[in-house]
Amino acid sequence: MTIDLSGKVVAVTGASRGIGAAIAEAFAHAGASVACMATSEANAAKTRDAIVAAGGTAAAFAVNVADEESVKLAFSGVEADLGPISILVNNAGVTRDGLMMRMKSEDWDMVLDVNLKGAYLCTQAVMKSMMKARWGRIINISSVIGQHGAAGQANYAASKAGLLGLTMSTAKELGSRGITCNAIAPGFIETDMTHDLGEDFKTHVQNTAPAGRLGTPEDIAAPVLFLASEPASYITGQTLTVDGGLFL
Amino acid sequence: MAEVFDRVRKVICEQLSVTEGEVSEDKRFQEDLNADSLDVVELIMALEEEFGIEIPDDDVANMKTVGDVSGYVASKV
Repeated sequence: MTIDLSGKVVAVTGASRGIGAAIAEAFAHAGASVACMATSEANAAKTRDAIVAAGGTAAAFAVNVADEESVKLAFSGVEADLGPISILVNNAGVTRDGLMMRMKSEDWDMVLDVNLKGAYLCTQAVMKSMMKARWGRIINISSVIGQHGAAGQANYAASKAGLLGLTMSTAKELGSRGITCNAIAPGFIETDMTHDLGEDFKTHVQNTAPAGRLGTPEDIAAPVLFLASEPASYITGQTLTVDGGLFL
Repeated sequence: MAEVFDRVRKVICEQLSVTEGEVSEDKRFQEDLNADSLDVVELIMALEEEFGIEIPDDDVANMKTVGDVSGYVASKV
């Protein structure tokens, strides 16, 4: 199945590297105009430049997804430059790992603010134009950690589980307007975020996952692209786990 | 007042895809004009934009008819 998203404007948060960069590039390859959004314009510009060099259409925007004013400003900038947003990928995420016994409340707040509140604020920022267009796709990047928990990641797990509730509520509120909202729960994907987990852990994943390997950012970008496509219009409020079968 | 009603009616027609003839003061949004809860929210946001006013949720709860809304807006502008 070839997915053609020509004429669609896509906003991807956390687009500077890892899964977000792969998602942004996949959308550009499918013909969409991509707003690469990251904490600094210089970081977002790296992905934009890669897309433009490959012949795609993209623009870079700085945003702090945890800050309401920053989100409003950034998204009105996207709409002014590229047009109304019809697809949003809430991908921005951070970790501040530590056992709960010693977790600082700042680390809790930081992770919840970026990962969960950020998705709420960005979704709110695109709702109006999607409702007007009677078409929209919102894809939240959750995590298998949100489904299963992890020692040392109470804040991250809570934020990623929270995204699943947000996904279902968004699907219910906006379904009548032709807007779907789904979540992807990636397993262990080779990115900067999982780089620090160590070789032992990687070997464990390779030996345990039926797929026999860690995932790549492209393994996540492919189902995101599908969920954003027209043929996926009857799928909403769902979570698709993409983990090579690790948690089976 | 008449001018406010005309502007409110125009916004209602655009938001709810109804004709001017269908919009009179006694019409109820949900029962008579087929609006769902999301339509009402969209309508209120469009009115806020049109008239440059803020309409708090608590006040929206009391607005059932076109007359309720145009009367409220007239009292604010």
